[in-house]
This record gives sequence, structure tokens and C-alpha cells, in this order.
Amino acid sequence: METVIDIVSWLLLTSGGFFVLVGGVGALRMPNLYTRMHAASVTDSIGPILVIGGLILQAGMTLVSIKLAAILVFLLLTGPTASNALASAAMLSGHRPGLAQKMSAEDES
Amino acid sequence: MRTLDPHSPQIPRLASILILFALLAVTWLVWSGFFKALLLFLGLVSSVLCLWLTIRMRFFDDYLFCLPVGLGFVGYLFWLLREVLKSSLDVTKIVLSPSLPVSPRIARIRAGSEHPYDQVLFANSITLTPGTLSMDVDKGVITVHSLTEEGMRDLMSGEMDRRITALRRK
Repeated sequence: METVIDIVSWLLLTSGGFFVLVGGVGALRMPNLYTRMHAASVTDSIGPILVIGGLILQAGMTLVSIKLAAILVFLLLTGPTASNALASAAMLSGHRPGLAQKMSAEDES
Repeated sequence: MRTLDPHSPQIPRLASILILFALLAVTWLVWSGFFKALLLFLGLVSSVLCLWLTIRMRFFDDYLFCLPVGLGFVGYLFWLLREVLKSSLDVTKIVLSPSLPVSPRIARIRAGSEHPYDQVLFANSITLTPGTLSMDVDKGVITVHSLTEEGMRDLMSGEMDRRITALRRK
């Protein structure tokens, strides 16, 4: 049983690490600020979910697990908030998303 | 703008301040696990400091517990987790493909719910999902930037908005 938990936890940790790396690579490869933020949000969202999930499996049913879960909740709450602040600050300072085409709900139908 | 919602539970102002203080104090005790006088005093000081900041933020002029937290909310979180997984894989494919096939789009999307907390939940859910990013919220209209046209189409299909709006209508 313990080996199974260990294997699942390693899988979560390594895949989490992989996504964090992808976020970094994407932030370097993307053409402008807003597209870079999309790449970085892989590091923000799925990275901590997998890594902390793996760590919780290692910690088992202890107070440490509850603390780790709390860290995850706070990361998932503050991450998007910081991204929103960054994006709207970039817009306000006149950094136009030049590559993006406008799209409206009418195009959909 | 702030319309009273008959579905959200209303708790008197003083009671919600006391409930928050109790929550903070219990959190400090459980988290630290130390019961020395100095640390208890520091806990009291930081609880009161947090409370003062929240009052200054006019948090209690509205409702404290008006996030629709319940079984439906847990269901929504699991749905959101699946979306985050799916779109992370999509963005990963784009980042790792040599041609870097991005087609950024920008659009205004109206939130279905008028409740400010629902709009925050919607905007943050959009940002949390890789590939879409909310840039501005103005009177329930969210300016969204997406990495691909497909991602914007997914968002415009309105499933996320429907699920959030459904949380409050039970």
C-alpha cells in the first residue's frame, strides 16, 4: 500500500515539476506580455495543484497535510488576483495587446 | 449596484465580526500549537489587526458569508479542476510545438450574475484556467484575453458562467 502511495505521489510531483518547467519555457517563447502570462499561468495553476497534491500524499493524515492544503487554497486564490492586477496594470500603462484580434459574442452564432 | 440577494443568509454585522475573530483565533491556535503567554498575546494582536483591516476594507458593510459555499460549490470546484487540467494540456501542447500556434483574441464577456462575489469568482476562474485571462471587470462586463481563438470560443459557450449563476439559484 505504501509503495502505491509513493508511486502516485512521485508521479504527481514529477508531472507538477514538468508543468512548472513548461510554464517557464512558454514565458520565454511567447511573443508578447499577455501571451507570456498565459504560459506562466500553467506554472500558477496546475503546477501547485500537482506538487502539493504529491506532498500531501507523502505527509499522510497529519496536521502538515492540512497546512499544505491551506497553502494550496491561498496560492489558487492569490495567483489569479495577482494576474488580474498585472494585466490591468499593463493595460492602464498603455501596453496594448497588439497581436490580439477583437472577437465579439456575435461571431459565435 | 449592490442589490440585496434574498438567497444569501444574512448575519448581523456584530455577529459576523465576532465569528471572524473566533475563526482567526482558532486558526492561530491550531496552526501554531504553542500555548505560551507571549505567543498567545501575539496571536491576539494579529487577530485584532486582521479584524481592523477587514473593517477598514468595508467587508462587513456587505455580507460576510455570501459566497455560495455548499455541495454545489464543491461540485463546481471539481469541474473547474477538470477544466484547468484540460486547458493546461492545451497550453502545454502550444508551448512545446515548434511553430508556436497562437491566435490571441480579446473579447468582452458579460457575467450572468449581478452579485459582485459571483463576478469575482467568474473572473478568477477565467484567469485560473490557463489560456484565458481576465484583464478588467467593469459593471459585470469582463474583458478577457485568450491565447487561442478556440479557448475564447469555449468561454463564449458560457458553460462556466451558467455553472456559477446556478450556484446561487437553488
